[in-house]
Amino acid sequence: MSTKIDRAFYDIGHLDILAEADTPLHRLDPRAKVLTAVVFIFSVVSFGKYEIAGLLPFFFYPAVLIGLGNLPLSFLLRKLLLVSPFVIFIGIFNPWLDRQILVQLGPIGISGGWISFFSLILRFILTVGAALLLIASTGFSTICMALEKLGAPRVLVIQLLMLYRYLFVLVGESIRMIRAHSLRSFNGKGRIGYQVFLQMLGNLLLRTLDRAQRIHLAMLSRAFTGEIRVIRQYRFGLRELFFLGGFSAFFICLRFTELTSFLGQLTMGIK
Amino acid sequence: MHMADALLSPAVGGVMWTATAATTVYCSTKVRQSLDDRKIPLMGVLAAFVFAAQMINFTIPGTGSSGHLGGGLLLTILLGPHAAFLAIASVLVVQALFFADGGLLALGCNIFHMGFIPCFIAYPLIYKKIVGHIPTKGRLLIGSLLSAVIGLQLGAFGVVMETTLSGISELPFSTFIMMMQPIHLAIGIVEGLVTAGIVSFIWKARPEILEKAAIDQPMGSLVLKPMLIGLALATVFTGGFLSWYASENPDGLEWSMFRTSGQEELETPTGVHKTLEGVQGKTAVLPDYGFRNTAGDDNGRLGTSVSGLLGGLLVLLLGVLVGLVLKKRSPASQNHPHPHPH
Repeated sequence: MSTKIDRAFYDIGHLDILAEADTPLHRLDPRAKVLTAVVFIFSVVSFGKYEIAGLLPFFFYPAVLIGLGNLPLSFLLRKLLLVSPFVIFIGIFNPWLDRQILVQLGPIGISGGWISFFSLILRFILTVGAALLLIASTGFSTICMALEKLGAPRVLVIQLLMLYRYLFVLVGESIRMIRAHSLRSFNGKGRIGYQVFLQMLGNLLLRTLDRAQRIHLAMLSRAFTGEIRVIRQYRFGLRELFFLGGFSAFFICLRFTELTSFLGQLTMGIK
Repeated sequence: MHMADALLSPAVGGVMWTATAATTVYCSTKVRQSLDDRKIPLMGVLAAFVFAAQMINFTIPGTGSSGHLGGGLLLTILLGPHAAFLAIASVLVVQALFFADGGLLALGCNIFHMGFIPCFIAYPLIYKKIVGHIPTKGRLLIGSLLSAVIGLQLGAFGVVMETTLSGISELPFSTFIMMMQPIHLAIGIVEGLVTAGIVSFIWKARPEILEKAAIDQPMGSLVLKPMLIGLALATVFTGGFLSWYASENPDGLEWSMFRTSGQEELETPTGVHKTLEGVQGKTAVLPDYGFRNTAGDDNGRLGTSVSGLLGGLLVLLLGVLVGLVLKKRSPASQNHPHPHPH
């Protein structure tokens, strides 16, 4: 369990490094990227549960983002794999419960359950992938700024920034605590009992509270009045409009027209 | 357990987003009005503490598994409901973005389960009532246990409800609920014990922290009624709007190959999932027709649906190609800090 969390924290650092790159995608105003991701996710989840053909073209968006932002595909896929168990666990019951044959491919009949399961996996890859691509191409504090510009409450935005600021400090403290414990518990093989666990957590919490007080004093001595002011300029220009408008039109078009069917017919020469 | 985008329909996801957004705005206003600027760094650092605390696991004797802190209830005890709601929301935003836990649409549901329920139901109605202003060890234990267990049961019930109403998963309501509730009973007991343990540790080491926290949050200021009415209105509005939207446009669904046979047994008993209903209404006209049937009409449908798949694959291929070309041309590929084989 803790190795998974360790890895997850290593990944936060890695995502941050990715977000610092300077590509056409990274240079876009974050608002355009956030809004496009929202339109994308809504379009994907609005399909019926047996949809497969209609979902495939939506991979166009992640492919373009990965290309434009020069993002590492293998890293993103590994992250997707890490969180897939819950969706697979819920979805795997579909083939069990819905056995009506919907498609007959020669001698093999495919039941509705398998189709909806496959559709579920596609949705999962698309929606979670969109969130990962957003953070990898934008960075956390930039997304927070975009949220504020889009009307999110200031207190929440400051809370997000503060959390992110102290995340690594406290996680580092926690890792040092675990290491100190495992170095001193030869026979326990590093396992932590309930009582020791409470002591460790309690101490960590006390240190955290003290740290909050020190931070507050430091902020006060720098003229903090309860408002955090941020000077950062973003411009929602033509490129942003093109990105947001183009992709949104594309998604809505895919959702409500038979574009894929038409393309397929062209290639098959039917009609 | 985090709800996932893939299991949600836009109507359910939208309703939960609206409810959560409304609560967030309400809590932000409350925190601003409290004029306690000490809270701002405290909220941020305590939210970070939840992450740090989740790295420390203890072994549960006799089971071979391990437990850790969830943190929702602890944050509420230390910060009070309004500030804690924002802190929990921020934790979940970071989890959704960096750990890909859940997803952006499901964020509404997850913040509601793990933020709204502990802050505005479990804490004021259970914990506060049992523990009162001067905690004793026994009261702390019972209060934490009960509120953690009930809070998590409500959250798990929410996940089941939302999944069932969305209609993406085939799991029947009763089976799903029989799976989720017992698991979350165990999680709730661990969470309650851990929360009680930490709070009594703090109570012993630095009682003034808890006293201050208790005095800072007079229950008189927490008016639930207007908030609940507002939430109900927002929910009805979004639900109505989104289902109307979904049922207005069922035509785009028609051309998928997988809906062209009878699916009577899939009828959602609740009738909320209008999209599916529309589909079922259509498909019921053609019961028991499979693709084997070579009758003229079905043959045409088969052609359309296969071409639909093929077209989808083509666009996908085109996307991958465009991505590859863009990636090759990207000037940043040389000075990228961590070059990858792709």
